[in-house]
Amino acid sequence: MNGAEDPVVRPWRRRLLAGMLALFAVGLVARAAYLQVWQDEFLQRQGDARYLRVVEIPAHRGMITDRHGEPLAISAPVDSVWANPSALRMSPEQRRALARLLGISPSRLQRRLESGGREFVWLRRHVSPQVAEQVRALAIEGVDLRRESRRFYPAGEVTAQVVGLTDIDDRGQEGLELAYDERLRGVAGRKRVIKDRLGRVVRQVALLQAPRPGEELRLSLDRRIQYLAYRELKAAVRHHRAKGGALVVLDVNTGEVLAMVNQPSVNPNDRRALRSDALRNRAVTDLFEPGSTVKPFVVAAALAGGDYTVDTPVDTSPGTLRVGRKTVHDVRDYGLIDVARVIQKSSNVGIAKIALSLPRERIWEVYNDVGFGLATESGFPGEPDGRLPFFSEWSPLTQATLAFGYGLAVTPLQLAQAYAVLAADGVLRRPRFLHQAGPVEGRRVIDAAVAAQVRALLEQVVSPEGTAVKAAVPAYRVAGKTGTVRKSMAGGYREDAYLAWFAGMAPASRPRLVAVVVIDEPQGRYYGGQVAAPVFSRVMAGALRLLDVPPDGLPGDRPVRLAGVEAP
Amino acid sequence: MNLGAEPYPHRGNAGRAFRKRRLHIDWTLLATLIFLTGAGLVILYSAAGGDWSMMGRQLARLAIAYVIMIAVAQISPQTLLHWTPWVYLLGLLLLVAVLLFGDIGKGAQRWLDLGIFRFQPSELMKIMVPMMVAWYLSAKPIPPRLPHVLVALVLVILPAGLIVVQPDLGTALLIGAAGVFVILLTGISWRYLAAFGLAAAAAAPLAWFYFLHDYQRQRVLTFLNPESDPLGAGYHIIQSKIAIGSGGVWGKGWLNGTQSQLDFLPERSTDFIFSVFAEEFGLVGILVLFTLYLLVILRGLYIAHQAQDCFTRLLAGSLVLTFFVYLFVNVGMVSGLLPVVGVPLPLVSFGGTSMVTLMAGFGILMSIHTHRRLITH
Repeated sequence: MNGAEDPVVRPWRRRLLAGMLALFAVGLVARAAYLQVWQDEFLQRQGDARYLRVVEIPAHRGMITDRHGEPLAISAPVDSVWANPSALRMSPEQRRALARLLGISPSRLQRRLESGGREFVWLRRHVSPQVAEQVRALAIEGVDLRRESRRFYPAGEVTAQVVGLTDIDDRGQEGLELAYDERLRGVAGRKRVIKDRLGRVVRQVALLQAPRPGEELRLSLDRRIQYLAYRELKAAVRHHRAKGGALVVLDVNTGEVLAMVNQPSVNPNDRRALRSDALRNRAVTDLFEPGSTVKPFVVAAALAGGDYTVDTPVDTSPGTLRVGRKTVHDVRDYGLIDVARVIQKSSNVGIAKIALSLPRERIWEVYNDVGFGLATESGFPGEPDGRLPFFSEWSPLTQATLAFGYGLAVTPLQLAQAYAVLAADGVLRRPRFLHQAGPVEGRRVIDAAVAAQVRALLEQVVSPEGTAVKAAVPAYRVAGKTGTVRKSMAGGYREDAYLAWFAGMAPASRPRLVAVVVIDEPQGRYYGGQVAAPVFSRVMAGALRLLDVPPDGLPGDRPVRLAGVEAP
Repeated sequence: MNLGAEPYPHRGNAGRAFRKRRLHIDWTLLATLIFLTGAGLVILYSAAGGDWSMMGRQLARLAIAYVIMIAVAQISPQTLLHWTPWVYLLGLLLLVAVLLFGDIGKGAQRWLDLGIFRFQPSELMKIMVPMMVAWYLSAKPIPPRLPHVLVALVLVILPAGLIVVQPDLGTALLIGAAGVFVILLTGISWRYLAAFGLAAAAAAPLAWFYFLHDYQRQRVLTFLNPESDPLGAGYHIIQSKIAIGSGGVWGKGWLNGTQSQLDFLPERSTDFIFSVFAEEFGLVGILVLFTLYLLVILRGLYIAHQAQDCFTRLLAGSLVLTFFVYLFVNVGMVSGLLPVVGVPLPLVSFGGTSMVTLMAGFGILMSIHTHRRLITH
């Protein structure tokens, strides 16, 4: 047999064949080694980049409570439905079932899936646990749930405007939620997780940074007084078919806002019903002409100057006063009365005469010192400065009308702050929304004796002879002032639209609380003494009792009466 | 006179002077195959994500494949030789039938529905083409002269062409390789080799523009530059390279491959199962796996070397080399050395048809080895 002709037997060819086999085999091993040894780090990073993701751990948003720790805003976990459109695999039945669970039509669901990004689109935020469970049970590839947190407001519409609310992404949007967003929000943490091709988190690998929960925010509000104020204001606004209203209760010693309510209101837990109109905190953001409620400050300016005492007579005959081109009117002719009765009867002519007899800068100074025309720095978002013309721009007419509260504009909170100055013997304390542990140093802006004298005058307003007998509180002495303001409009004042004010304090012997009530456009009766004063009375009565303030108006107590005022 | 064709003076007269055995089994080959398919099951368990129904189906296929292998091993080479041209012809007819009546699966006509089961004639041809070429050339002078080589080439190109138009480029290439290996093993002259090489190089552009489908061209382009389309066609190759590379030297451990377990790796239980293995067992694992393959191949080459006549020697050599090509094309494909042509990892990938064909081939090897005559010359 010829070996050379035997197939495969030729040595060189057999060697060539073996060599080629070995070469190919070595090639494969070399390729694997190249990928696994030389390129392994690069490829491992590439691989890690495909499934390792750093995701945020949302920080728990701090709770908001009232001064006693009662919750006003709390965060609770909730599920949201999202989809990864690029990985979506959904049968027509699943599509119908999902659309039904989400409460939308299948075509709408389709549009939503096509509207967002390639890998992430929200289908429905904040679904109920039942819906979440059913969506999970559908087990659609590319549709998943994400745990989010949702804000609940236990006091609902009672605190809606003050506490404010967050948007769907848990960021402060209105009110104190916005003002203290930074503190409430905390710092989100980060974790490294493994995600699969569909973007679902499979497992947590490492905690890179623990989330720092937001601070708990303890407000100055007293939920009990807040409820009371809300109930009374709502009842009054309804009873008088008014457009709206606001009510502020301040603690005289600290400037803390104990209650602040608004009408109309809205339940912040029901996002679909939210109207920006009803979310506005009118007590802080809206400007009103204060009307007669500023008269005490003109009297304070007059008393401080030494030209006037409470007994100084002022001739208000014949009930009108011509100033420049305009005429100032009283309700009726009060004749010759002293300063005390000018306040008690709320005589426009009397206060105008007093004002015109004073240097204009002295009135401006008092107005400015008690905070008119300047934001209170309460920290509430959107608080305006208000409007107070500088005295150099005052004409005699301006000087007269400013004395009975036209031509300037204040927020209810500003007016409360000003009355708190009178209540605190002339010391100004900035209103605050956060709980204050101890007493607060204020700044003296009015002489203590003057403030006490004005307070005494204001007590007469809440007497049977005054304009606000309905502001009285059983067992407590009350000092306060009504205001009835014709609402301004472009180019003048309206005949048929009024603001009814009452601003006051109690107990008058040593005031603890100041409250301001304003009712916007009451129908029918519109005097501050008839519309606003009763609200003040009921809220103040309740608040004094809730705070255990000792009564000073029991039959045994001797009211401090000024001799000249007692006589008719 | 050439002695290469002598062992069968009376073709068809089988089983004359063979060693008597009850069962024709090559135990060495069987043992290495059991090791290899066992390793395959371990990988598949991970690639299938612990899906026991997939494991069950694969086990059933393996059982069938082993039974067929042992059954084939009982057929003597003479009988095989006798039936070779007829079965080859039948295969050709079936390929034509597939083109005319075949079922379409995944955009290609490969299957023939025979009522009870579906049959892929191209799989049959993986064995029949080298057998046919060996049948033809072993009856001619060795090394073959030019006309014989040309006829042999026709015997290869005819079925390969029918499979290309199905279209199934991967199988066609494997069949072409199997046939050409037989021709090469006959000791064909260098001049012919060079000439055919040049002709093939010249034909390549023609094939590119006239015979390849768009998707096949796309695969080659994607192979040349996978990053050109990382989200589309290049995705498979990039993900596969990442999976292999991130395994490192020691691997991430069984069931711990992130790329495969997290579903980033495509086709992970079939064509890309090697990447799953590489990620989980690393370079060390690959070396062990390659060693198992190498044992199978070395045993096959030994059987070819021990074959006593031209037909069996050519056939055995071709079958072993084709098995190696399987391995090389699949591993080259998933590691980015070769274009994606859809060749499974032999004996490991999930899937039945190629498994049966391969095991039938090993059955032939066993038959060749165990039907040797007692006394060698």
